Amino acid sequence: MALLDELILLMLAASALWTVMTRSLLRSAIGLALTSAMLAMLMFRLNNPFAAVFELSVCAGLISALFFCIITITEPLTPEKVREEAGARFGRFRYLPVIVLLVGIVLRVLTVKVDVKIPALEEIADVRHFLWAHRQIDLVGQIIILLCGVFGIVILLKELRKKGG
Amino acid sequence: MHLLWIFFVYAVILFVIGFYCILATLNLVRALIGIEVLMKAVTLLIIIAGYASGRTSLSQALVITLIVVETVLIAVAMGIVLSVYKHTKSLDTKSLTDLKG
Repeated sequence: MALLDELILLMLAASALWTVMTRSLLRSAIGLALTSAMLAMLMFRLNNPFAAVFELSVCAGLISALFFCIITITEPLTPEKVREEAGARFGRFRYLPVIVLLVGIVLRVLTVKVDVKIPALEEIADVRHFLWAHRQIDLVGQIIILLCGVFGIVILLKELRKKGG
Repeated sequence: MHLLWIFFVYAVILFVIGFYCILATLNLVRALIGIEVLMKAVTLLIIIAGYASGRTSLSQALVITLIVVETVLIAVAMGIVLSVYKHTKSLDTKSLTDLKG
C-alpha cells in the first residue's frame, strides 16, 4: 500500500513540476488536470471518496475547461514567439527543480517520527449528514462566496461590454 | 519512514512549486496555475490530517468548501485577467504599468 501511495505522490509532484516548467500554456492546463486526477486518486486511497469525486469533476474538469477557454480567448503566443522567449523563461525557472530536490532531500533527512496511530475508519456515508448537521456555517459561506463570484463576474463582463462599445 | 511524513514532504514540495511559479512567472494565466498548485498542496494537507485523525467526514467537508472557494477564485481571477487583456492586449505582468507612481 505504501509503495503505491508513494508512486502516486511521486507522479503528483512530477505532474505539478511539469505544469509549471512547460513552455506551452495549454500543456500547463493539461498538467494541472493531471495533478488534480492524481490528487483524486490519493483521496480515494485515503478514504475520502466524496472529496475525490468533487476534485475529479470540478478541479480536473471544470477548472481545466475554464483554463482552456481563457487560453483560447487571449490568443497565446505563437510557437515561434514561445521559442524566442524560451531563454528568458529558462533563466527564471532553472532553479525550481534544484529547490524542489533540496527541499525533498532535507525533509527526508530530517524525518520526524509521527507517532500517530491511525484510528479505525468512521462511517464514510456520514459526510452528507456531517455537512448538513455540523457544518452549516460552511454551507452558508459557500453560498455567499458563490454569490460574490457570480456578481463579480457579471460586473466585470458588463464593464467589458461597455468598453467594447 | 512513516507514511504520514512522506505525505507531508510531498505537500511541502507542491507548496514550493506553486509559490515559485507565482514568484517567477510574468504571465497572468500561469500565475493562476501557480495558485491552483498551491491549493492542491493545502488540499493534500487537509486530507492527510483527516486520515491521521480518523475524521474523514470533517476533512471531506472542508475539502468540498475549499473546492468551491477555489472555483470562485479562479472564475473571478479569469474575469480580471480577461479585462486586463482587453486593456493592454497582453498577459505580461510587465505591461501593467497604469498605476505606476
